[in-house]
Formats: sequence, structure tokens, C-alpha cells
Amino acid sequence: MDLTYTEEEQDFRARLRGWLAKVLPELPAKPSPDDWPGRRAYDLGWQRRLHEAGYAGLHWPVDAGGRGATPTQHLIFLEETERAGAPYVGANFVGLLHAGPTIAAEGTAEQRARWLPPVLRGDEVWCQGFSEPGAGSDLASLRTRAVRDGDDYVITGSKIWTSHAEVADWCELLVRTRPVGAEVPKHRGISWLAMPMDAPGVTVRPLRTLAGSAEFAEMFLDEVRVPVANRVGAENDGWRVTMVTLSFERGTAFVGEVVACRRTLGELARAAKANGRWDDPVLRRRLGRLYGEFGALWRLTQWNVSEAGRSAGGVPGIGGSVFKLAYSHARQELYDTAAEVLGAASLSLDEEWVLDRLSSLSYTIAAGTSQIQQNIVAERILGLPKGR
Amino acid sequence: MDFQPTEDQQHLRAGVRDLLAGRYGREALRASVDAAAGGGAGAAAGVDRALWRELGGAGFFALRLPESEGGVGLGLPEAVLVFEEAGRALVPGPLVATHLAAGVVPGAADGTAVVTAFDLDGPLVAHLGDADAVLGAAAVPAGEPVRSVDPLTPLHRVAAAGDVSAYRATGALLTAALQLGSALRTVELAVRYAGEREQFGQPIGAFQAVKHLCARMLVRAEVARTAVYAAAVTGGPGEVAAAKLLADEAAVQGARDCLQVHGGMGFTWEADVHLHLKRAWVRAEQWRTAAQAQELLAEELLAEALLAEELPATA
Repeated sequence: MDLTYTEEEQDFRARLRGWLAKVLPELPAKPSPDDWPGRRAYDLGWQRRLHEAGYAGLHWPVDAGGRGATPTQHLIFLEETERAGAPYVGANFVGLLHAGPTIAAEGTAEQRARWLPPVLRGDEVWCQGFSEPGAGSDLASLRTRAVRDGDDYVITGSKIWTSHAEVADWCELLVRTRPVGAEVPKHRGISWLAMPMDAPGVTVRPLRTLAGSAEFAEMFLDEVRVPVANRVGAENDGWRVTMVTLSFERGTAFVGEVVACRRTLGELARAAKANGRWDDPVLRRRLGRLYGEFGALWRLTQWNVSEAGRSAGGVPGIGGSVFKLAYSHARQELYDTAAEVLGAASLSLDEEWVLDRLSSLSYTIAAGTSQIQQNIVAERILGLPKGR
Repeated sequence: MDFQPTEDQQHLRAGVRDLLAGRYGREALRASVDAAAGGGAGAAAGVDRALWRELGGAGFFALRLPESEGGVGLGLPEAVLVFEEAGRALVPGPLVATHLAAGVVPGAADGTAVVTAFDLDGPLVAHLGDADAVLGAAAVPAGEPVRSVDPLTPLHRVAAAGDVSAYRATGALLTAALQLGSALRTVELAVRYAGEREQFGQPIGAFQAVKHLCARMLVRAEVARTAVYAAAVTGGPGEVAAAKLLADEAAVQGARDCLQVHGGMGFTWEADVHLHLKRAWVRAEQWRTAAQAQELLAEELLAEALLAEELPATA
């Protein structure tokens, strides 16, 4: 049980801090959330900066173009960039955290050479074509069909909740390549494809969220042709490939956000002190409790990271489900408490926290709902029987 | 940074678990509960002096005393692992107070003395009838026995008070470790029962309603575990308060959920669940209550927030 950082790690942190202090003042102004091309340009501009400074794909293996950093270095990177207020991966999220690591782990030499460098350089954006209108939490029942025609797959179906679809160059697409039958379980007929978003037959329709913005989109696929060479992993083996992707998603997605939540809590304390709500012991104790809880959640990220550091390949384990369950609920509690601090002002969308409060509602749904995560914890960690 | 327990720490924990399983397993636990019940409704059993000396002999109380003073010379991280095991086994007695008294009160280090403390708010003291000394008090005060909710934690009402402020943080942390062990144990009890008990033609653990209860128990316990271990490493007052707060919740709510999973069986004296719940209630009142922990955390949050405001953004 050691929470001290090695000299090497401290050195890494100091150099990163110095670099951030130098480059952040030079960044252009942040685009509005509705300006998708602007957001793409902003996020990729930041990625180029990271690439030039050697921080691109920090946790990717060296032979995939990354830096092969230890999980602890990656943690320091996420902590420091968030603390300094640097841009998050944004539009490059899927490429850097999902598709890239999946191609690095499962792709051929040609596939790695084609797709990985543009993600690291900040030239290409990926989106994730997993969920469908009839296959969200029950992902394996997806129905988008891919039929072999010579060297191509011909794809028909639709996807939903596709973040960044409007500005993406590529989509990591899950398709059914073998019909479900008596002898074929539904998760054994799925393949993982890299689909170019400008292929004929791809239609993207933005979806408005309850926060009023277009954060994600529906995607309609009408006889879209994708070369068989774009398949990562064997045909019908896409489910296993996907599990590789999801383990990356759950392991690292929220590290920077815990740091951000702790900062928000500090702002809330100052606001409550300024408007007199701090004198209400019930509210004050709620803030104290949240401070303790987010402190513990930060320690839990360190716990998971050091556990991943001990495991082969540094792949985050299913402990990520425990973290996501606790974190997503704490985050919603944080913004409900913020509304209590603000009082009636929390009804105005001009308050920055109010949009955050609305967006926090997605945390118990996205990347596996809390109910699905509880099933995962109960069945895979506690060993309870599968059933209804 | 490697937050995981070292190999030595894992061996220490496993060794204590084996020792307690042999010396204070379920039969011993139920025997002491029966002994308490023999004294009439609400009676509570005292400290088993032989067990106390064995714990002393195993280094339980002298764990953090320097070797030059006859101790084991280990630190708080090792102590919380050992206390986690005692919490899991529901070992009765003023474990924390006696541990804190090692090197201060003669006989505490080797378990020949039983030492309690004024660790509850108000006039109640636990295990006063068995105590050779009270931490922070010159003599053992007279007390009037009251009927205790926990059959293995006798309580006395006293007029005297003592100052335990010097021991409060460590006392809270070690009590949090006991709560953690109890919380993890109730997860095990619930999962085992949910896997065995059948209704509607299948184990009740196959039903999502039961699964989700168990999953939430584990999540609370795992968050509490990291909080307790981190507080043991850093010793920060806020982290200790958070550890106590989260471990109290994990133990109390864990025992309640475990009771719920057990259904009607959970409401009987025969199931062990109520013993975990009642002890968790006692510990939640010891050293630092939830309200006190939250106030301390709020103070720390505000101090940090005001300090951050004064610093330039790039610092």
C-alpha cells in the first residue's frame, strides 16, 4: 500500500506541468457546444499539440505508435491535464480510447499502419456504431446486417446514440455477419468493421438531447459497401473484439472527470459561503459528505490503476464496473446539491452548472446502464447465477 | 505508486484470518451470544480474557509499538488489515481502545489488561464492567449497567467523562476498519444465501432484484475499502473522517441489505446478520459519528476551496 510516486513519475509530472503552463495560454477560444466543425477543429488542434510534444497515445503500446506509458503515468497525465483545464480528448475520444486500442490489440500490420497514425496525429476522427434502436443494453441482439459480395460487405441497418457521427471520418461498426439460429448464439455471428463515414448509403441525422444540444446522432445504412479488408479480427468474432474495446472504455473514461468534480465541489463551497447557504447544516454536511466521497473515488481510481499495473498488458479489469456505478450516482448527487446551493437560480440555463446537471443524467445510462453494471458485478464478481 | 497491499501485508491479513477462524469461529461467536442470552433479555457477554491474551500474544495490540518497546513495529496500513479481519469475525471487546492503550497502559500491549475508552458521545461506556483501565482516565469510574442493543457489547452509564481527543483520529480509523470487515462479511453471507435459497424454482440470486441488492452492497464496501486503506497510508484527518463515514454506511446498510436478502430467516435470532447490524450501530456511534465526520469534511473542503481561490490558476 504505497501512494507515493517514484522519482521518475514525479519527473514526468513536473515536465508535463511545465509544458501545459507553456501551451495552454496559446490555445484558441473554446467553440460553442453547437458548433460541431469548430469543436472538431479545436479538439484535433489540441491532439496535434500533444503529438508534437510526444504525449499522443501515451498509454498505447510503443509498437502501435504510442509511448507505452505505465498506467500510473497515464493517470498522472489525465490528472494534470484536467487540473490545468486543458481540453479533454473530445471528438477524438473514440479513436484514442476505443477504436485505436482495439486495432492496436487485434488488427493486422496493414490495419495498424493505415488507421493508428492519423488518430495519434489528430488527422482523423472516429465514432462508435454499436447501439441500435433495438439493441442498447442487450448489445448482442443487434440486427444491422452485412452480406458478403465479392471483396465487400454490403451493410443495411441503423445505429443510434452515435457520438461525433457528424464530424467522424471512420466508424467502428458492429454488424451481424451470420444469422441467429438454433446452433448460432446471438453473440457468435457479429463482426467488427472500420467503415468510412463518406461511403455512399450512410445517412446521419442528429438527435437532440434533453439538454437541448445535438450530442449524438442516428445513422442509417442503406446497402453501404465496406471492403472485407476493413474487418478487424476474424469473421463472426467481433463480440470478443468488442469486449476488448469495452474494457478500455470502462477502465479509463472517468479519471479526469473525478478531478473535475472535486474542483466543482470547491466552487460550490465558495458559492454556498458567499450566498449564506453554507450556514444550513443539512446542506453543509451534504457537501462535506460529497467531498469525502469524491476523495474516496479518486483513491479508487488509483486502486484500479495500480491493479491494472500488476495485471498482464495493463488492461483494466471489471473493477471498472464498481467504479462506474459509484461515480455516476455521486456525480448526479453533486449536481443536485449544486441546485440546492443555487436555489431558484438553478432554473436558469445561463448558469453553467445547470447544463452539467442535465448532462449528468446520462451517466447512469451511457456505456452500460447502472442496472446492467449491477448484473455484471453480481454475476462476474460475486458469482451469482445468471437468470431473470 | 502501487496502492495494492504488498505480499507481506497480504500474508499478515491471511494469518490473522486463519487465527480468528480457529479461535473465534462461528461456534465460539454463537456460544458467547448464548452466554449473553443466559443473563436474561438484553444482557451482554463480557470479554473472554483467554482470547484477549491470545490476541495480545499474536501482536494484535502491540502491532504499532516499536520493537524496542516490545512491539511488532508495523504501521497503520497493517493495523487496518488486522482490524478488518477482527470486524469480519465479529470479535467482541474494546479492541480499538486496548490497541490504542498499548505502551500507555500496562498490560494492554500483551492483552493481559482490558482497556476501554470514553469513545461514545454522552454518558455511555462500552465494556466498563470488564475494564482494568479507561483510556484517558485516572481510574475506572463507577457505572450503572444499561440494557445494550448488541448482546456482545455491554454498556454502562457513567457520570465521569474523559478526554480522548488525542486518540480520536486513529480510533476512528481502526473502527472504520472493523466496519469494513463486517461489511465485506455481510456481502459474503448475502451472496451465499442468495445462491442456496430457492424460490419459484431457482436460487433467489438469479433474480435481478436480489442481484442488485448484493451488487450495491459490494460497491459500498469497495469504496469504503479504498477510503480506509488510503486513510491508513496518508493519515490525513479528512481522509480518516471519510473512511469512518463510508465504512459506517457500508457496514450498517450492508447488514440491513443482507438481512433483507435472508428474508424471514434474517429476522430470526439464529441468523448472524443481526449481530453484524447491532455491532455496526455501536461502532457508528464510536469515536466519530456521521454528523461529526461530515462537519470535519465540510471544514476541510471550504479551507481547500478558499485556498485554491487565492492561488494563481497555473499553480
